[in-house]
Amino acid sequence: MAVGEVMRMEIPAGGDLTVTPPELHVLAVDDSIVDRKVIERLLRISACKVTTVDSGARALQYLGLDGNKGASDLKDLKVNLIVTDYSMPGLTGYDLLKKIKESSTFREIPVVIMSSENILTRIEQCLKEGAEDFLLKPVKLADVKRIKQLIMRNEAEECKTSSLSNKRKLVEGNIDTSSSSSSSHDDSSVEDIPSSKRMKSEFENLSSLH
Amino acid sequence: MNTTIVAQLQRQFQDYIISLYQQGFLDNQFSELRKLQDEGTPDFVSEVVSLFFDDCAKLINNMSKSLERPENVDFKQVDSGVHQLKGSSSSVGARMVKNVCISFKECCDVQNREGCLRCLQQVDYEYKMLKTKLQDLFKLEQQILQAGGTIPQVDIN
Repeated sequence: MAVGEVMRMEIPAGGDLTVTPPELHVLAVDDSIVDRKVIERLLRISACKVTTVDSGARALQYLGLDGNKGASDLKDLKVNLIVTDYSMPGLTGYDLLKKIKESSTFREIPVVIMSSENILTRIEQCLKEGAEDFLLKPVKLADVKRIKQLIMRNEAEECKTSSLSNKRKLVEGNIDTSSSSSSSHDDSSVEDIPSSKRMKSEFENLSSLH
Repeated sequence: MNTTIVAQLQRQFQDYIISLYQQGFLDNQFSELRKLQDEGTPDFVSEVVSLFFDDCAKLINNMSKSLERPENVDFKQVDSGVHQLKGSSSSVGARMVKNVCISFKECCDVQNREGCLRCLQQVDYEYKMLKTKLQDLFKLEQQILQAGGTIPQVDIN
């Protein structure tokens, strides 16, 4: 199972394939204590588990990417999403994004950048580097809900993919499964969908962010 | 529960908060924060603004130090402070404070020490004014709750 993958398949013997919607664990990075408190609440109210850190360096430490192997024991839960401020002293949100995308372990984790400045080149730069989305501050509940839906949809698609391939395996093994999945599309066209996508189409929507 | 008293207090609360929006002390982001508060987290807004006011005091103090000596002003530090202040005021809906920060940044950009000092004074005044207003607002909230009532949802649009 890939890092960041959260959906667990429960396949009871002879039963339906069911998928329990999990809680996303979000790592929120912001040097402003006010913004940390707000983003934490926004995420909690959207049914996410939240860990907040006050710098890019601490974020890397938390993930165990700072070269200190011991630090990776600190995290109790896999991180499903990283939301980071852009302008931070030391490591910027962009630097953090790059480091995450360079890491073979963590590159699949979606990263969302937040910024108070609506600078087109900055937005382009982040999306190009693999950011899932770009939020204009001040962040609102609607923004967080949208991001969550996006991430959950990506995770669900990944899971459906593995669920369909599991279903195929089960059928081939002559095990009776009455699938509850309502998907009716052609199995032969199933392909791996990476969880971190380049949001080129979202770019057009950015103008409606403010 | 004395329903008349509750209704009166609720009316007072509603009028007061609407006046804060109308006079430009608060903007829409404050109402966004209020949406995040519920019975389980009744102090969320007051906690956030408390953090904001502490932040204001700290940042203003630091910037004041940087602006102190005319021959040796650290405009980079001041700019950083203004940026942070603008960000956090924007996040809580502190409209006046945020607007002063916009002028403040302009003074910083052209290294206008006098202008910066004026803005510093203004931003100090504005955050303290807002602090007093919100303290009164939260007091009204407490009175409503103590009288057994609920805090009204206020639509500012």
